[in-house]
Amino acid sequence: MNLDIKFMSYRRLATIGSLALLILSIGSLSFKGLNLGLDFSGGTLIEVSYDDAADLSEIRDLMFNNGFDDFQVVNFGSNSDVLIKVADKDGNSQLGDVIYKFLQKADSSTELKRIEFVGPQIGSELRDQGGLGMLVALGMILLYVAFRFQYKFALGAVAALAHDVVIILGLFSILSWDFDLTVLAALLAVIGYSLNDTIVVSDRMRENFRGERGFEPEEIVNRSINQTLARTLITSLTTLLVLFALFIFGGDMIRGFSQALIIGVLIGTYSSIYVVANMLLGLSITQDDLAIPEPEGAEFDDMP
Amino acid sequence: MNRFSIWTYVFILSVLSIGIIYSLPNLYPAKPAIQIAYTDSGKSADQQLLIQVRDILDNKDIGTESVGLKENNIVAKFNSLDDQLAGKAALQRALLDQAIVALNLEPSTPQWLRDIGGGPLKLGLDLSGGVHFLLEVDIDSALDNRLESLLNEYRKKFRDDRINVESSRKDNKDLLFSFSSDEDYTKALKIFTQDNVTPLGTSLFDLRPNALRNLVELSYSQSAIKEIRDYAVGQNLMTLRNRVNELGVSEPIVQRQGSSRIVVQLPGVQDTTAAKKIIGKTANLEFRLEAASTSSRLRKEEFDFQDERMGSAFLEKNIIVAGERVTNANSGFDESGFAQVNITLDMQGGRAMQKATNGNIGRRLGVLFVEQKNKSVLKKDSNGEDVIEQSSYIEKKIISLATVQAVLGTNFRITGVGSPQEASELALLLRAGALAAPMKFVEERTVGPSLGKENIELGVRSIIIGLLSVIAFMLFYYRWFGLAANIALFANVVLITGFMSLLGATLTLPGIAGIVLTIGMAVDANVLIFSRIREELKAGKEPQTAIQEGFSRAFVTIVDANVTTLIASIILYAIGTGPVKGFAITLSIGILTSMFTAILGTRAIINIMYGNKNLKELRV
Repeated sequence: MNLDIKFMSYRRLATIGSLALLILSIGSLSFKGLNLGLDFSGGTLIEVSYDDAADLSEIRDLMFNNGFDDFQVVNFGSNSDVLIKVADKDGNSQLGDVIYKFLQKADSSTELKRIEFVGPQIGSELRDQGGLGMLVALGMILLYVAFRFQYKFALGAVAALAHDVVIILGLFSILSWDFDLTVLAALLAVIGYSLNDTIVVSDRMRENFRGERGFEPEEIVNRSINQTLARTLITSLTTLLVLFALFIFGGDMIRGFSQALIIGVLIGTYSSIYVVANMLLGLSITQDDLAIPEPEGAEFDDMP
Repeated sequence: MNRFSIWTYVFILSVLSIGIIYSLPNLYPAKPAIQIAYTDSGKSADQQLLIQVRDILDNKDIGTESVGLKENNIVAKFNSLDDQLAGKAALQRALLDQAIVALNLEPSTPQWLRDIGGGPLKLGLDLSGGVHFLLEVDIDSALDNRLESLLNEYRKKFRDDRINVESSRKDNKDLLFSFSSDEDYTKALKIFTQDNVTPLGTSLFDLRPNALRNLVELSYSQSAIKEIRDYAVGQNLMTLRNRVNELGVSEPIVQRQGSSRIVVQLPGVQDTTAAKKIIGKTANLEFRLEAASTSSRLRKEEFDFQDERMGSAFLEKNIIVAGERVTNANSGFDESGFAQVNITLDMQGGRAMQKATNGNIGRRLGVLFVEQKNKSVLKKDSNGEDVIEQSSYIEKKIISLATVQAVLGTNFRITGVGSPQEASELALLLRAGALAAPMKFVEERTVGPSLGKENIELGVRSIIIGLLSVIAFMLFYYRWFGLAANIALFANVVLITGFMSLLGATLTLPGIAGIVLTIGMAVDANVLIFSRIREELKAGKEPQTAIQEGFSRAFVTIVDANVTTLIASIILYAIGTGPVKGFAITLSIGILTSMFTAILGTRAIINIMYGNKNLKELRV
């Protein structure tokens, strides 16, 4: 394959697209917020299964009659599985048992699948830890890339990662998907994955910048992206293959996880092509930025 | 030409065989088993119980694979689930309350694998089913108790030393003393300063004297607070372990997490209400005066001694203090070198003890150990079949009966307790009856057994489907090189399983997701190398040179890309809990093994395939 797609001619378009997505995401995140899962919101969750299709309205009535008012009852996976979420500010760890008791009393075929209780304190701790972890990860990566490449690349890589993370978060907010610990794990995996991509592309740019002289930066960037394109697409494809396997066959408990990763891989692939390159050109990278510093006294060594 | 030295092959093969050997135990299915332990947690299973178990099972003609001693338990393995259930019923009926009989799954790892430390992967609760609790130890209230009793101690000391205290009170985390005169102040300050040294040489208090106003403010120092916290958590941990043992769960986990939290994991337990009741119970001790021989039957009760040789004694019905008031108990020696047990009560307990012992010097004070126990009886049900009926009852036994020598307060001691070993056993019992600080449940996760099994099936299915689709794609796209990459990929999965089993890491559902993700990403290194080889070929290089260049040029990129992913997964490990930690572990191990298989492994295979040939043409 001798690819020569003029990626950089579409720079403006990509910038506008990215900015639009970012503004949309940030807007939704600040006005609508994330639909925090149990791990972060605290509360009680109980999953039960019935022999036949469950009657959700009957379960809702049962909940009302037993004095609950702030709760959600939804099907989970199949129509015989039911998930009940109770927002509970006081951190009462007994609620799950209480609910399961009266559900079983109403219908003896009720089978308990899981109860999860997360105290309010743990929830807020996990929120803080998660946010902090994300920032630490970005910071460490910034340092590593700056050390291995150059600060302009590091800025590009971190911009790409932030871009990916914000857009995934935005999508979770817009679509009101549950954001729980496994999604946070997926987000960190996306950081790892997207970075992987970014580094491969950057690596090639570095090589080409150091190579022949006399080319425009835009031309070099374009050539680098074309040279790595086949690899970028194949890796994304194999990763997407396994992620779809996970999404379809992995069950409901890790559906959020695979959703986040699938979106992450798609956006990560895009960002490693456009965001990094855009940043580099925006920071007006030159061949001199990447020139290998000549060791002192090297020129004298050649003398006899 | 592209050849590895023989030593490189030896290295690759030895890493691979370690991986294969240690992943082998996962191929042997777990056998249904029963674990039997004496109800009395102080007693470990012995030969006698072993013979008893064998006889019971033989009498009922229940086939077993093996019956043997394992640590403090007897483990009987069965060939079928039916045998296991029949065995449990028979054993429960015969042993009743003598022993705890718990269902269990025992790995059937062959002996030679166990000898080299092999064992199957540990499953997280989301895969095995069970309960996870996170309890928070309330350190503030432990500190409050300590401060209250400290305040009382000093009040008493100043009274005894005739130091005039104008006022003394506890204010939040500080104690405030003000003295009537300079002289009192100086004397008191001397006492404080003397007390303010621990055996380790650190200071116990932060003292803030104010000579102008004859005022002393004191609070516990950071190191003292840390010590109090460690003591309270350690104490609660021990108490919890004892209580969890009562549940008869196989392989429970009771661990400290962070500075003041305790994790309890009970695989296989379904009845969380019962588990919580046992874990959360308090007050297992009662202090009562010995009843006078003249007192009426209505006001006294007869109790047996824990030590059967001692018989029984009458104690008053009135309880002076219960176990939750005990903040500390340890054994030591008195002035003449005899063993004694030192007890510390909280302020309220000390006041009650003082009131009760005032005017009762010379009488004997008894300590009762209270335990909730289960009693099982065989009964005939309406169909005339034997069923076991369980009822719980409370057993109280005297663990100490000693003469009161003086009016007691928050601190007192029991002497005449026998040998030092007996003294430390008594202290242990006293502590076991009490929690050093109250605890509350801050997190709870229960996973039903059906969900656990479902999760394993779904996880394994997605690994297989993911692996097959990647293998098919690589074969289709890269042909022979793809085959090499596929062999490496397969080796990678074996290595991940092997190393996780070897390290004793726990596999969780997100952990399985991590393996799946690794499969997708592991081929990346190969894709990088192969694309590079293609480019080199296109640039007109000789096939062998292209292979050589392709590997060496892609190497730096692969390392850079993987190190950064490793950074992300290490951070994930640091911030994550339970299942997410499982994901981080598999991802990290997967990154390391995939670098090994994709770079060294694939190269070795390609060297074997092409290395010695004189290639005119190469298709990648």
